[in-house]
Amino acid sequence: MRKLTLGVCMAALLAAGAASAQETVKLGYIDPLSGGGASVGEGGLKTFNWIADEINAQGGLLGKKIEILPLDDKTNPQEAVVQAQKAIDAGARFITQGNGSSVAAALSDFVTKFNDRNPGKEVLFFNYAAVDDALTNDKCSFWHFRWDANSSIKMAAVTNYLKTQSSVKKVYLINQDYSFGQGVKKLAREMLKAKRPDVEIVGDELHPLLKITDFAPYIAKIKASGADSIITGNWGQDMALLLKAAADAGLQANWYTYYAGGAGGPTAIKQTGLAGKVHDIVEGDSNTAAEAAQKTEVEFRKKNNISIWYPRAFNEMRMFAKAVKEANSLDPKAVAAKLEGMTADVFDGGTGTMRKDDHQFFQDMYVRSFGPLTAGQKFDEENTGWGWTVKGKVLAADTNVPTTCKMERP
Amino acid sequence: MLQLILFSTLNGVLYGMLLFMMASGLTLIFSMMGVLNFAHASFYMIGAYFGFEISRRIGFWPGFIIAPLLVGVVGALIERYGLRRVHKFGHVAELLFTFGLAFVIEELVNMFWGKLPVDYQVPPSLDFVAFTLFDTTYPAYRMFMLATAIAMFAFLIIVLKRTRVGLIIQAALTHPNMVAMLGHDVPTVFMMVFGVGAALAGLAGVIAGPALVTQPSMAALLGPILFVVIVVGGLGSLGGAFAASLLIGLVQTFAVAINGSLVDLIGPTANTIFGELGNVTLAQIAPLLPYLMLVLVLIFKPTGLFGNRET
Repeated sequence: MRKLTLGVCMAALLAAGAASAQETVKLGYIDPLSGGGASVGEGGLKTFNWIADEINAQGGLLGKKIEILPLDDKTNPQEAVVQAQKAIDAGARFITQGNGSSVAAALSDFVTKFNDRNPGKEVLFFNYAAVDDALTNDKCSFWHFRWDANSSIKMAAVTNYLKTQSSVKKVYLINQDYSFGQGVKKLAREMLKAKRPDVEIVGDELHPLLKITDFAPYIAKIKASGADSIITGNWGQDMALLLKAAADAGLQANWYTYYAGGAGGPTAIKQTGLAGKVHDIVEGDSNTAAEAAQKTEVEFRKKNNISIWYPRAFNEMRMFAKAVKEANSLDPKAVAAKLEGMTADVFDGGTGTMRKDDHQFFQDMYVRSFGPLTAGQKFDEENTGWGWTVKGKVLAADTNVPTTCKMERP
Repeated sequence: MLQLILFSTLNGVLYGMLLFMMASGLTLIFSMMGVLNFAHASFYMIGAYFGFEISRRIGFWPGFIIAPLLVGVVGALIERYGLRRVHKFGHVAELLFTFGLAFVIEELVNMFWGKLPVDYQVPPSLDFVAFTLFDTTYPAYRMFMLATAIAMFAFLIIVLKRTRVGLIIQAALTHPNMVAMLGHDVPTVFMMVFGVGAALAGLAGVIAGPALVTQPSMAALLGPILFVVIVVGGLGSLGGAFAASLLIGLVQTFAVAINGSLVDLIGPTANTIFGELGNVTLAQIAPLLPYLMLVLVLIFKPTGLFGNRET
């Protein structure tokens, strides 16, 4: 009798455990949490946890709470695939990743094959920062959605802005040696040739990804080349350390970057004293954002001690919640069908659209420069007293680059 | 061009001297005990973290003195209570012990300080521009690193060549049994050498921490290069380690500065022979060059540049 009671109790406990496990919607967050990419990976994790809390406070997804599963991929494609499998084993049907286009390509490929083999157990991949064009062109997948502007959109915005900057004469390209960095290099060459044929490219560098701790030799080379401007797609540690080495060597040049706003970047720019000379290209800017976004920014900073690097992560998660609501289902296939072609409000105000043809998100983009705060600007970065100022807005309609994607729908 | 050569030389020598601070201890330990210490770069990392921890509490300069001493003590304890016990099971056991130790230390650092880089800052007293040349500035801290490395090199040479302790160490390097017969406590000498080697690596960590990045992967990033240095220099040769450190430092820095590829060298035929490889510039393969040197040295001169022992 006693044994039976014990057995019943155990069974009840197990059932309760299973029930509570099903009450959450698990989102696998696969990004570097160690190694050279850790600083941005940790920032991303804080962002997603914050947004999950926000959505949970509003009732979650169909009454279930979102739970973020942090998984460390060490910026390594093989490791990322292992972690994706781990997420799936833990019950996640949705994964998100951003750092490293090589990693995103591996994940997109893995998810697509997994879904082919496991009908009824599909997994969706939300990409918030891997911007290699290929992901929405020849390697596009129905199961992959990208909220960050792809590399051609960003480079188009940068080069459009360069048309107005006649002081730029000699450009140096320095990028990370992998799919994304090589893509940036190629795009910069093509678009500069078309839009600023008078500009001379005096240097073109590829360096190992997230392995270099001292950029002094590269800065010496840039200095010797006589470049007046530098274009780079570097991110994470590679951006911060590059700027730091430039500060040490007193390099006075214009910087046109994708990601100077990431961890450590602002501190290094302040150190160089390059007021108004370092630019980046973003989908949202705290100082010009709508009131609601600025309120979130204040609260976010208070809790996490970093600024919001990824307004697009908010767009991703809010649209995810919207799609779940519209589909009235947590089935990844149904959610994907709703996300295709969806138009939604974006974090900073205005709207954006998820293009159905290739699952690339389009919204207005901003070119900003970094310098001392001016009157009326609320937000500085990394306690430097300096902040971003929007220099140019690129309308979504002007970034509508064509795609070669031939989407296979299930 | 002159500017590029000058600054590349400075950067290369600096990097080389940093390598030497670690390689010197490694090569001494190897020649004395016959153990390749896989955990050597970990002492460099511990040095950086100790330096960081002390500098944020009582300042950079106390850390500069205390941290290497602490690392030295840790090293000596590891030798006394770890390595010496494993010693009787032979070299493979010792090798595996140091190999495991490297992982243990990395995980401990992860546990105590987290996986993110820590904010180890250059002390304000050294945070200024040392000199300006061709309107490029050179930070004073880098000059300080260089000076420290050179001072340490001089100290090592004097101790080894001019003192009684050095005499015993040199004797123990080649004839440990004879030294023991003469009444010297060889195990203690071993422990001291291991401790000093660890302390030197720790010192390198303390001064490199603020300039490079203090993070848990710093040992793994540098470790393999150290083995290249001591193999290219010749196992157990201090002079060899010095030459190889500078050589590798300069080769890596200058390779970054050079844009040449096979296509530039022998014309477009390179593309038909090597395919895509023909377009790869020297700058791109800079990180690979030390390992290429390692392979070449092992093939053509297995004793290394200055060594007299087969690798």
